[in-house]
Order: sequence, then structure tokens, then C-alpha cells
Amino acid sequence: MSSPSAIAGAVLADAAIESRADAGPRGARPRRAFSRRNVFLYGTLILVAVYYLLPLYVMVVTSLKGMPEIRLGNIFAPPVEITFEPWVKAWATACTGLNCDGLSRGFWNSVRITVPSVILSIAIASVNGYALANWRFRGSETFFAILIFGAFIPYQVMLYPIVILLREIGLYGTLWGLVIVHTIFGMPILTLLFRNYFTSVPEEIFRAARVDGAGFWAIYFKIMLPMALPIFVVAIILQVTGIWNDFLFGVVYTKPDTYPMTVQLNNIVNSTQGVKEYNINMAATILTGLAPLAIYFVSGKLFVRGIAAGAVKG
Amino acid sequence: MNMTATMPTSVSVRDLRLAYGGLTVLDRLNLDIAEGEFVVLLGPSGCGKSTLLNCIAGLLDITDGQVFIKGRNVTWDEPKDRGIGMVFQSYALYPQMSVRGNLSFGLKNARLPRAEIETRIARAAKILQIEPLLDRKPAALSGGQRQRVAIGRALVRDVDVFLFDEPLSNLDAKLRSELRVEIKRLHQSLENTMVYVTHDQIEALTLADRIAVMRGGVIQQLADPKTIYNRPANLFVAGFIGSPAMTFLKGRIEAGGDIATFRAGDATVPLAGYVGEIPAPGGEAILGVRPEHVTVRPAGAGAHAARVDLDEPMGSDSLIWLTFAGQPLSARAGADHGLRHGDAVGLEFDISRASLFDPASEQRL
Ligand SMILES: Nc1ncnc2c1ncn2[C@@H]1O[C@H](COP(=O)(O)OP(=O)(O)OP(=O)(O)O)[C@@H](O)[C@H]1O
Ligand SMILES: [Mg+2]
Repeated sequence: MSSPSAIAGAVLADAAIESRADAGPRGARPRRAFSRRNVFLYGTLILVAVYYLLPLYVMVVTSLKGMPEIRLGNIFAPPVEITFEPWVKAWATACTGLNCDGLSRGFWNSVRITVPSVILSIAIASVNGYALANWRFRGSETFFAILIFGAFIPYQVMLYPIVILLREIGLYGTLWGLVIVHTIFGMPILTLLFRNYFTSVPEEIFRAARVDGAGFWAIYFKIMLPMALPIFVVAIILQVTGIWNDFLFGVVYTKPDTYPMTVQLNNIVNSTQGVKEYNINMAATILTGLAPLAIYFVSGKLFVRGIAAGAVKG
Repeated sequence: MNMTATMPTSVSVRDLRLAYGGLTVLDRLNLDIAEGEFVVLLGPSGCGKSTLLNCIAGLLDITDGQVFIKGRNVTWDEPKDRGIGMVFQSYALYPQMSVRGNLSFGLKNARLPRAEIETRIARAAKILQIEPLLDRKPAALSGGQRQRVAIGRALVRDVDVFLFDEPLSNLDAKLRSELRVEIKRLHQSLENTMVYVTHDQIEALTLADRIAVMRGGVIQQLADPKTIYNRPANLFVAGFIGSPAMTFLKGRIEAGGDIATFRAGDATVPLAGYVGEIPAPGGEAILGVRPEHVTVRPAGAGAHAARVDLDEPMGSDSLIWLTFAGQPLSARAGADHGLRHGDAVGLEFDISRASLFDPASEQRL
């Protein structure tokens, strides 16, 4: 390889590369980290994030302070002396107007309301949506239209009639009464969600299953349900947060013994005896918001995937 | 059973009517399919082929009429009880099940013993050569493999009648011709009845024992491929079947010595050798000739004169567009004919394979 001609060739090649490099820009365009566009973009994002996170910060900080420190009035200052006592109190001994066992009672009530409501409403709505999408029966379109119309009726209109209804069937003031209310009110939106998903499943898959001898329930459980898992996740998130955060139905349809956590929280924060214990109120509020927060953290990714899942490919 | 053939009927459709609300798609349709026969339903998009197939399968509730399968009236039976297997255009595999799961789903629903299920899956997998794929999900298969699995799902049901709804139309041309041969082979070895929907006439001509050409929900002609090709029953069938298409010459019948002639403009074509009834002289008529039944000769030779318009080379041969008696006419010629626009040529018609139609009724004369 040391023959003169080869060297000459190499020199020539070098020259060619240089001349090409001179010819102008090449490859990926260089980007400056601090371009005006970036500063503007990230600046806005950080500003918005701070705006939304600041209240949370204040809440956490305040809940970790003792009352003397709070009275100093520096709400943004971090706690000098960290104490978890407000949290313990909020959970176990904070007083509402009636009793003094904190949020714990409300928490378990909320669990006992949310779990059956979520399961029941999703079970019924998914079968509803499946039947409406795949087993068109006489009047199914009308039925669907009425159901969707139900979503637009203001809750207030139905509050009192439902009180009477529950009283007549003997469920007024019980947890199961509230479970039924949540199930009914979740029906329009959930049915819509499931129906739209199931109509996007190719008709031919459904037909193939019928030729294969599967009936209504076999097709639902063995074909449709496994395909619809993402949409079930979406429905679970919607329902858990919706029902957990509900206040109106909780306060109307239950009694103090069976108040859900949100109502309990309100009673703690608004109880008028003595001084306002801000640290306990903050801790109680964070505790109440923990359940939906946990759901978002655990299923955020699944949620997005479920929302995006439209097409089913065979 | 009012079948003309001696073979027993396998599928029989009587006076079938199907309406979607106010729209009647099929009206008083009759179709008898013999045992072991391969019948292709052919027609343009939207003519009701899939609808007819779904009626036979029991996937659509028919408005009126009856469906018999193997002599049994199945009009009110569920699809699973009709003794049919169906293959869909979009494969329609269950996405969350493995290939094995797809094949066994119907058998499990029928509560077959596990050993029997295994045997049937093994047999179908062997026939369709999908043994290595049994534990894969449909998403991990190619189009051709998916279609094989879809056929397998019909195969394991061990039924007498197979219904195919455009099973190959989602595949590329090469794969389509491969699977076409496989389906034909499958039919030869299984010897069961097949009803096959397509709008690809090559598929129809290669596969079918009989073709039912449909248009607007009506069967235009039901006959074997040769008859359909050579003796189309009407203008629609004549124009729909054959690629490149048949050309039609307008003219009238005239008496000419001992044999009638067809006159178009200043040209006369003697109809000697025409198979079928030649109408009385004086009437209007349409003469249909396929490009391959027109022979192009050098100018002066041949019985008729024409002029070259356009040359469409197709590889193995060439389609030449001519002007004959003031009307366009196409002819097949060898690939290296050397003709160019404006050349004068002579023509020869093969009248024994041409068709005459009545312009009013569009029926073959
Ligand atoms: N669910 C329905 N409601 C109303 N009309 C329908 C419905 N399904 C099909 N049709 C109509 O019935 C006619 C026949 O449809 P069909 O699906 O049988 O056509 P096809 O011959 O299979 O066509 P293609 O080759 O495109 O599959 C079409 O005109 C179509 O618009
Ligand atoms: Mg179709």
C-alpha cells in the first residue's frame, strides 16, 4: 500500500473531503441550548408548573409545622421543627361537629362506597356498551339516545326524587344507597365510552365468533373483554376519582355514620370550636386527595394508552 | 329438490329476500349448489355478494325466503348449527389469542373432547403448513399466514360447506396467486362444497366449477367458467368478464344470400358459424368480440379493413386498438407486431366465438 500511486490517491481523497467540507453546512444543524425559543418555552413551562405546585408546597409545609410556627405567618417558609403530629391527629383524633375520631372513619366509608360503585358501574356499563354496539336490537338506537340524554340532566333536578326513591326501598342513608346512586349516574358516560370502543372492533371478528358458536356472554368474556382492557383502565380511573371526590351525593344520601371522606374533611375543616388548626386541615386535605393522586401516579401511562387506543388490529 | 344435476344439493337458497330497512338488496334470489361444488359469486362492489353469503351463514336475518343446507331447512338456525365454516376478508382473527387459541375457540364452544381438538388442530395445521406458528399471536404473522390461520379456523370445524368472503383481496398479487392455487388444491383434497365471493374475475375463472355473476342483487348468469366466458348471457356479463374486455360493435342484421350478415357502417360481417339463433334480418344488434378472437393481418389480407389507433404492449403480447367501420375495436397481437398509429391492416373475426346481443333487452340472442 505504499506505492506512490496509492499515496497520491489518498492525498487526492483528502483534498476531495476538504473541498466538500468547504461546500457549506452538512449533517445535523447545530442547536444552541439557550436560544430565545428555548428560554421562552421552558420559562413558560416552569412558570406554569410553579403556579400549580405552589399551593401543594404550602399545604405540605404547613402540615408539617406546629401551631406556634404557623402563627408567625410565613406561609412559604419551610418548617423549622418538623412534626408529624398534625397528620396523626387528622387521621385519628380530629373533631367534626359530632365525633372525634378523625378522617379514618370517612376513609373506610369512602373505600366501602368507591369499590362496589366502581365495580358495579363498570360491569353494567361495559355490558351495556357491548350490547348496544354489537347486538343491535329493535329500539337500541333510541335506548342509547335516551341514555346519553341522561348525561345532560342537572343532578340537582334529581336529588330529591332519588331521596324519596331510596327511602321507599329502604336504602336511604346507607352505603348501598349511595353505591346505587353512583352506579346510575356513571351509566351514561361509561356506556358511551364502552359503546364507542366496541363499535371500533371490526364487525367481522364478532361474526367469526358467532360462526364459532359463541353466544352473547362467551363473546363478551372471551373476545371483547380481553380486547377492551385499556378502556377498562380508563373507566376505572374516571370512576375512582369521580366517586372518591364526590361531595354532593355523599352529603345528601348518607348519614353522619356513613359520611364519605370528603364530607368528613369538610366537617373537620369547618368545625367552629376553638382555633383553626391549619396544620391539621392541610394534612387532612392531603390525606383525602391521596387516593386519586395514587391512581394517577400508578396508571398515568395506562390512562394515556387507553385514551389513545382506538384501532384494534387483528 | 329440483336440481337438474344428479348430484344432491348441498346449499339451496329459495326466493331469498333481504332488505335493510327500506333498501332491498336481494330480491327473490334462487341458487342451488351441488355437493362438492365450488361456486364463485362474482360481481362489482356493492352488488350483494357478501350479503348473500351472510344470509347463507345465518349472520343476517333474512326478510323472506328459505335456506337449505344438506337438505335441512336452516332458515332459523344459528350460524354454528348450520354446518358451515367461514373465512372473512379481514381475516377476523381474535387478536388476543394465539393461533392455537383461534383454531380451538369454536371447538371448545362446541365442548369437544380435548384429544379431539388436538387432533383436528394438528391436521389443519399440517394441511395449511402453519405448524410452526401455532403459539404465535395474530399480530406476529404476515398477511398470508393470517389468511391461512383464518382458513384453518374454518377447516377444524369439519363442516361440509365453506364460505369464503373475498379471502385473498387483502394480499399482494403474488401471494394471492399462490394462495389461490392452495385453495384449489384444498378443495380437491377435501371435496366439500365451497361458496366463494370475489370481485376478481381471474380468481373466479380459475377456481370455480360454476360462477354466479351478480349485479344489483340479481344473478345474471350461473354457469361454468367456459360458458360464462364464451357464451355470456347478456351485455353486462360479457363486459364484466374478460380482461382486456370484449368490444361491442353496433349494427344491424341483414339478409345476405344463404347466411345472415351483420352490418356496421359500410362493413359487413357474415355470421356463418355463429353459435346460437340469428335473429330475423332488419333488427338492430350488438356484436361482441373478444380481442383474442380478432386476428390482425397485413393490409389487404383478411376479410375486413381497419386502421391502427393505439398499441398497448402487455409483455407477452399486445393489445391493439383499431378503428373498424367507424367504431373502436381491440385485438390481441404478438408482442413484436411492428404496427404503428395510422397503419392500415386487415382483420379476421372468429364468429363461432362471438356474441350477438339485443340492444333493447341487452340479452344474448
Ligand atoms: N348494514 C347495512 N345497512 C344498509 N345497507 C347495507 C348494509 N350492508 C350493506 N348494505 C348495502 O347492501 C348492498 C350490498 O352490500 P354487500 O356488502 O353485499 O356488497 P358486496 O357485493 O359484498 O360488495 P363488495 O365487493 O364491495 O364487498 C350495498 O349497496 C350496500 O350499500
Ligand atoms: Mg363484500
